[in-house]
Amino acid sequence: MSAPLLQVSGLAKRFGGIVATDDVSFAIPEGELHALIGPNGAGKTTLIAQLSGSIVADGGRIAFAGADITRLPMPKRSHIGLARSFQITSLFLDLSVLDNVALAVQAHAGHSFSFWRNARAEAGLRVPAREALARVGLADRAERSTASLSHGEHRLLELAMALASKPRLLLLDEPMAGLGPEESVRMVEMLRALKRDYTILLVEHDMEAVFALADRISVLVYGRIIATGSPDDIRANEQVREAYLGDAETAHA
Amino acid sequence: MMPALTLRNIVVGALMVALILLPVYAQLADDRFLMTLFTRIIILALAAVSLNLILGFGGMMSFGHAAYLGIGGYAVGMLAKEGIMNGFIQWPVALGASALFALIVGALSLRTRGVYFIMITLAFAQMAYYVVSGIARYGGDDGLTIYKRSQFFEPLNLSNKTQFYYLCLAILFGAIYLVRRLVNSRFGMVIQGARSNDVRMRAIGFSPYRYKLVAFVIAGTLCGLAGALLANHTDFVSPSVMYWTRSGDLIIMVVLGGMGTVIGPVIGAVTLLVLEEVLSGITEYWQIILGPLLLLVVLFARGGIDGLLTQLGERLRRGRPS
Amino acid sequence: MTLFIEQCLNGLQFGLLLFMLAAGLTLVFGIMDLVNLAHGSLYMLGAYFAATFAAFTGSFILGAVLALAATLLVGMAVEVIALRRLYGRDHLDHVLGTFGLILFFDEAVRLIWGPEGLSLPLPSWLNASIQVLPGVQYSAYRFSIIVVTLFVAAGLYILVMRTRVGMLIRAGASNREMVGALGVNIKLLYTLVFGLGAALAGLAGLMQAPILTVQIGMGENILILAFVITVIGGIGSVRGALVAALLVGFIDTLGRSYLPDILRELLSPAAASTLAPALSSMLIYLLMAIVLIFKPEGLFAAGRK
Ligand SMILES: Nc1ncnc2c1ncn2[C@@H]1O[C@H](COP(=O)(O)OP(=O)(O)O)[C@@H](O)[C@H]1O
Ligand SMILES: [Mg+2]
Repeated sequence: MSAPLLQVSGLAKRFGGIVATDDVSFAIPEGELHALIGPNGAGKTTLIAQLSGSIVADGGRIAFAGADITRLPMPKRSHIGLARSFQITSLFLDLSVLDNVALAVQAHAGHSFSFWRNARAEAGLRVPAREALARVGLADRAERSTASLSHGEHRLLELAMALASKPRLLLLDEPMAGLGPEESVRMVEMLRALKRDYTILLVEHDMEAVFALADRISVLVYGRIIATGSPDDIRANEQVREAYLGDAETAHA
Repeated sequence: MMPALTLRNIVVGALMVALILLPVYAQLADDRFLMTLFTRIIILALAAVSLNLILGFGGMMSFGHAAYLGIGGYAVGMLAKEGIMNGFIQWPVALGASALFALIVGALSLRTRGVYFIMITLAFAQMAYYVVSGIARYGGDDGLTIYKRSQFFEPLNLSNKTQFYYLCLAILFGAIYLVRRLVNSRFGMVIQGARSNDVRMRAIGFSPYRYKLVAFVIAGTLCGLAGALLANHTDFVSPSVMYWTRSGDLIIMVVLGGMGTVIGPVIGAVTLLVLEEVLSGITEYWQIILGPLLLLVVLFARGGIDGLLTQLGERLRRGRPS
Repeated sequence: MTLFIEQCLNGLQFGLLLFMLAAGLTLVFGIMDLVNLAHGSLYMLGAYFAATFAAFTGSFILGAVLALAATLLVGMAVEVIALRRLYGRDHLDHVLGTFGLILFFDEAVRLIWGPEGLSLPLPSWLNASIQVLPGVQYSAYRFSIIVVTLFVAAGLYILVMRTRVGMLIRAGASNREMVGALGVNIKLLYTLVFGLGAALAGLAGLMQAPILTVQIGMGENILILAFVITVIGGIGSVRGALVAALLVGFIDTLGRSYLPDILRELLSPAAASTLAPALSSMLIYLLMAIVLIFKPEGLFAAGRK
């Protein structure tokens, strides 16, 4: 088997006294949907942030497609194929929905020192953007102003923007946060479809969704990975049940 | 594509036509003052249009934009003082000096954010102000009289009021068109994205700094051109054109007219300067009215006049049974 | 040598005076997140009030005390009537709104006091020289400015670091919600902080009044210096404001008096006399540029969210 697409080893990050990432190591092979679960404040978002480059790790190493990217700035990471969707929606609220996605396409379509040609008429930007919107089911919202969309639609738009950058690895931070039951079902279907085409690291609280979708699961508690394995392994893991799952499942019941 | 016949577009169109026909009226009514006033308005509108590129579209809250008015003006004035009247030398120098200053200020200030950016652009403009105030050869505090306007080819003669008016107007229209192209280009999408959400821009793979810097330089250069025009218009340039309150005036024009629309700053410049004329005709203490008025605009009319016109138009349209 | 000591004292005096102005600016920004351009207007009002009240009461000290109280009240009134509505808005709104206030205040002053400007004569006991060091004479008035501002700076330090109000001020700077949750009347706190900043600006203005003429627009030049200081010191940091104010005070004063000589050593007299005024007024901006290249958030960047 070839080297994994993403290889994290000994990653560490502290915020003052809080150890948010504590000697984290794991690997994601090409094609896997890897879920990252753990209680609130476990350090999941912080980990995603270090992978996408918005936070610099204190120590450890991140390798992507064989290259060391530990110190690579965020825009460059996007160019080698890492795409992130934000837990807290982060969009261009004052631009149109299509503009949002087209910008993501544009970022990966050569430089943008083009001053004269109308970018909103460039098929090379607009067509892929519409495709990404269609993929998440927002095709009919393309011309709307982004601020006018619902929360659920914002979550989908987050996803569309990540897709538009033609990523090799999708970093999805709680894509279902705040969605209603119907929207959640739709999102799970979407993720199931995406799984066929992309390698995905999925942070998610919805256990049903995680166990239905994930190839493998890592459990993060207080910044440490306490277990990694197939859904069945994790379900059976005593430590995980104690630290986390037990609570979550009773909470679900 | 024909623009839709909305209230806002009708007003904008009427304004443009009025600007084009103004010299005809002034000629008929023999109103010299009106020509002088509106030449000035057009030049400052050009400065406001340039500021709007970075402020309205790029979200860069520059508080030192008047510096470029001064730099452009002093380039013309200093060269004239040294006996170089040729506009083909004066104007490129004016643009080049403005671009260079913008490059330096932008490179430093764009590394910072928020209030730091505001204050740094402000401070650098003040620095330019003090520097020219200190150069005795070019008039120091008292300013520099320009005895001869920039010379171009025959028959273009800047001393002819009508010619000069139309030259300024043509440049203003050209600048509006330029900004329009710019903001709709890839480049424009990037600076608007950076205004809207800088972190997300970086996350999707842009490094906005370079683009913002280029926008900053373009805006400075364009304003330097306004400075060269202004110096020719007043036959004079003094440090006071770059005093920080002048930068404040430019911001007022942009916000009053409507940020982030290409035409907004023109509406703002016309409104502010005409309002100034009217108010100062009513009372010597007209700023005591303008000040609170400004506060009210900030509090209640953030879309500026352009936004109000659009809203009003919508309301009229909806009120009308169709 | 005596001249050098005198220039150093001048630098110290100017720096401390600038600190009075910058402290208010940086407090208001740090706590309310408000960019207040009208801060210079309060400085101007302090000077006008002092000149008026001193002439009215016949006493310099009484005039100064009344002027201080009046600036405090005007500051609080401005906060309650206008600025309160600008909290939480973006900085552009602050800039425009407070720019409007400047226009208003300048014109109001012209309306009330006329366009000529006033002067505030010193009482004879301050209008003298005293011996500050063996063989070194110094203006009693300037020396008293140094003493007063040092006391005020110490008081400010104790207020911010040692008292309950100060704790709230510091908490407010880093955590608005927490202060609110503590059940503190945040509106009142803000009004008081703004009044305090206004009084400090007024104090600076009234102390400058006998040295400069009291005139419209006097606050606008010095406001920019105060901005430069808050930027160099780190916005929101009172300590940074103190350090930066002293730096700017010294560099500006010493630069103006010694730069021409230094340039004459290096260049032709003609070139030196052309360059010196321009260069010496650039010095503090150069300082700011250098600080920002290495520390874009200023020397003592307050912990930002
Ligand atoms: N920028 C920051 N500064 C200080 N502490 C932080 C910061 N970001 C996250 N933390 C802390 O790190 C821990 C992990 O947070 P986070 O990664 O958001 O957890 P999760 O996404 O798993 O809920 C929490 O205790 C949080 O308070
Ligand atoms: Mg999280």
